[in-house]
Amino acid sequence: MSKDQYIIEKNGNKYEVIIGLEVHAQVLSESKLFSTSATKFGSEPNTQVSLVDAAFPGMLPVINEFCIKQAVKTGIGLNAKINKKSIFDRKNYFYADLPQGYQISQYKDPIVGEGTVVLDLPSGPKTIGIERLHLEQDAGKSIHDVDPGSTLVDLNRSGVALMEIVSKPDLRSPEEVNLYVKKLRSIMRYLGTCDGNMQEGSLRADVNVSVRKLGSGKLGTRCEIKNVNSIKFMQMAIEYEANRQAELLEEGNVVDQETRLFDTKKNQTRSMRSKEDAHDYRYFPDPDLLPLEFDDQFIENIKKEIPELPDQKKNRFIEKFNLNPYEATILVSDLDTSKFFEKVIEKSDVKLSANWITGELFALLNENNLEISESPISPENLSKLINLISDGTISGKIAKTIFEIMSKEDKDPNIIVNEKGLKQESDPKALEDLIQKVLISNEDKVNEYKSGKDKLFGFFVGQVMKESNGKGNPQMINKILKEKLNG
Amino acid sequence: MTNLIDLTLSDLLKKIKSKEISSKEITTVYIERSKKSKKLNTYVEETFEEAIKNSEKFDNNPNFDKKLSGIPLAVKDLFCTKNVKTTAGSKILENFVPTYEATVTQNLWNEGAILLGKLNCDEFAMGSSNETSYFGNVISPIDDNLVPGGSSGGSASALAAKLTPATIGTDTGGSIRQPASFTGTVGLKPTYGSCSRYGIVAFASSLDQAGPMTRDVKDCALMLEVISSFDPKDSTSINFKRPNYFSDLNRNIKGKKIGIPKEYRVDGMPTEIENLWEKGKSYLKDCGAEIIDISLPHTNYALPTYYIVAPAEASSNLARYDGVKYGYRADGENLIDMYEKTRSLGFGDEVKRRIMIGTYVLSSGYYDAYYLKAQKVRKLIKNDFDSAFNKVDAILTPSTPSSAFKIGDKTNDPVSMYLNDIFTVPVNLAGLPGISIPAGLDKNNYPLGLQVIGKPFDEQVILDIAFSMEEKINFKLKKNDWWIK
Repeated sequence: MSKDQYIIEKNGNKYEVIIGLEVHAQVLSESKLFSTSATKFGSEPNTQVSLVDAAFPGMLPVINEFCIKQAVKTGIGLNAKINKKSIFDRKNYFYADLPQGYQISQYKDPIVGEGTVVLDLPSGPKTIGIERLHLEQDAGKSIHDVDPGSTLVDLNRSGVALMEIVSKPDLRSPEEVNLYVKKLRSIMRYLGTCDGNMQEGSLRADVNVSVRKLGSGKLGTRCEIKNVNSIKFMQMAIEYEANRQAELLEEGNVVDQETRLFDTKKNQTRSMRSKEDAHDYRYFPDPDLLPLEFDDQFIENIKKEIPELPDQKKNRFIEKFNLNPYEATILVSDLDTSKFFEKVIEKSDVKLSANWITGELFALLNENNLEISESPISPENLSKLINLISDGTISGKIAKTIFEIMSKEDKDPNIIVNEKGLKQESDPKALEDLIQKVLISNEDKVNEYKSGKDKLFGFFVGQVMKESNGKGNPQMINKILKEKLNG
Repeated sequence: MTNLIDLTLSDLLKKIKSKEISSKEITTVYIERSKKSKKLNTYVEETFEEAIKNSEKFDNNPNFDKKLSGIPLAVKDLFCTKNVKTTAGSKILENFVPTYEATVTQNLWNEGAILLGKLNCDEFAMGSSNETSYFGNVISPIDDNLVPGGSSGGSASALAAKLTPATIGTDTGGSIRQPASFTGTVGLKPTYGSCSRYGIVAFASSLDQAGPMTRDVKDCALMLEVISSFDPKDSTSINFKRPNYFSDLNRNIKGKKIGIPKEYRVDGMPTEIENLWEKGKSYLKDCGAEIIDISLPHTNYALPTYYIVAPAEASSNLARYDGVKYGYRADGENLIDMYEKTRSLGFGDEVKRRIMIGTYVLSSGYYDAYYLKAQKVRKLIKNDFDSAFNKVDAILTPSTPSSAFKIGDKTNDPVSMYLNDIFTVPVNLAGLPGISIPAGLDKNNYPLGLQVIGKPFDEQVILDIAFSMEEKINFKLKKNDWWIK
């Protein structure tokens, strides 16, 4: 048992938590899976609805080839088997926001089969198995809180393409779920197949949770927590659910297989329907659609479009730039971050760039709750700032002052240096004069130092810096000061 | 001069194109006759005023290069017609007006045809006698207590009563060929994928096909030529080189091998059907064709297979009629209650029966035993035809096991009603083209039909065979317009 294993303890009994995720990722596509309606988020209700989406009599679905390519691309990104023949099935159930009375999905023969996703755990990499990826239509949205007397239905989402990505029950903790969802999202953003925007519902998950006594080889009965739309809620739901199940078992009860909902206000899961009440979806192949078939060439052509993915990029960063795995992992975890980094290092020192981005820049973004794409400092200007450090024009300390100014207005740091007169004093003659002045006015301290009080060195550096108004080149001050005092 | 209404479609076109008569004259004649024929209950929606306007429009600026220049046509009410009420014979779509046009009907209008109105049919095309329509049963012009067959009963009746020069229907298990056979008209079900299903109210998607219903084989070829087209809006539409069925039509069937499947000689089949079949064989021989005995061993399983596959698809296809978006809605306490009331009141008994059968056969625990097995048998039936077509060019069978029956005779006995489709259903299951032509009369002078079944996309072959037989048969129906007072 490794020390970072997630364990629930009840009355001294230890329980392991087994988690599997069904992630619903909206395919990044201008139009829907089986119609030409637009998919733009936040449009006026029922403005992106075709006759097909609203299931008018005699309307027929026609597959959007772009969505197929996106699914195949995602499958390749998940190192998965691509099925050259897959089948669209009808999943039948009644609901007001499901106009056809069935959802077109893939049941027995999905477009993508088994694959893998690698998580970077502190203890090392862990491979999570992917069971399958299939394409399906999204439903519309029922709105219950606008009109007190009735439910309103918005069909803008109806028919939007989703990829359901089903993991194997390989996840063991809320933290692994966090890393898994982020990794999945990162891969899809790199591929451009899903924007991963959880606020807009582009990424949601059904979470399957079960517990078992530590060391037991048998899986416990699982519960499925439906439609959780943030990583934080997934983690909270898992924690609650794992504890609930462990308590049930401790009390000698059994866990009922059921579908549950996570109540974000109460931070609890509650039963939605039991196994007995489970829908009978009456899946059968959609007779309006022929089996989806493509050849190796189709897959090969898509492979050519696959960009460098996070894991490959990370390895490149480590090998080529000598970054440590931790830095590399952070820098590739998000496509925009990696782009920002690669832009900065076009003209700047790699190590310094990595430090500044993971350090100062991330702190700034976190503080202001910004994405890197919204960074107030452009990669070009950050690069210039780093170069000013590299070429000794400014000290690291001054750089932080300039960074602070840049965070308010994204200005060329060279201009800031000139305007504010922040250029570092690196002229040895000028520094020598300053040092001389300090040594003369502190003769007593000089004598103390020479008689062995080494730590006074810092005092002299500070005094010289003060004399230079903070602009003295610290390395040079050190060097000259040492010569003077020890010489 | 012959009475205008007695002219076939192709003769009518000649007269229009030679400017002997105007579109308005013809349109008016058909409208007047239709107005006098209400007793047959063929129309569920009349667009007479609009039709007159359109005929005037045509006459003012005629285009004689079209295939149906200025021809008025009434069509089955299963085709969605833009701005014209489309009910599928159901209360649940009682007031439904589509904002779009079915591809097949659009093809008619593109070739210059003019809509006369929408013709009655069994509710959602589920029926073999046109007795399940919410708008009442249709009466056959053959006799006043006779069903016209179904589900395209309104189409068959209107055609036989000369309320339209030609029409189109849909055929899921025989719904064109059986009523054609009952009314002494010609009806063709094309190969699956030949005519677009876009805009046709769906019954069973893997079986539904639109097709022409006409007075003779020549008209049938012409109508097929117009409605058959590749349509990207229907994923099951097939892009093949479509012949000019009308101009290519000929009677040269010398040397054609015609199969006679022994399994179609069913128990209890009336001798007059047996004799009709024999007569058909001898006509074909006279035309120089060769008669070959064949076997289609799984024929017996076709009907049960059909009554699993078709209801299964229908149960899902009809789920969209839920009162939420369009069509009939009954108020309810809550969503579920609204669904139940809407669908209980909106659908008729036969539709409910098939939805229940379909839901059952798709249910978990029954799927493998019914739906999956039916799909396997369907494949075997298709294989039967495939191997038969290694030996023959076409197959000759009776269209139905009996002539038309009396109104109300079978309404309480669904299985006996279903048995009516025994010769037509295998063709749908195998996706093949089939044509029924009038071939004789029974002892009551009710029409009987013969069916010619072809290889996939071999519509031209079966049309040519039917064209040859038609000449030999020289079918004549003694008729008086008894329903017109």
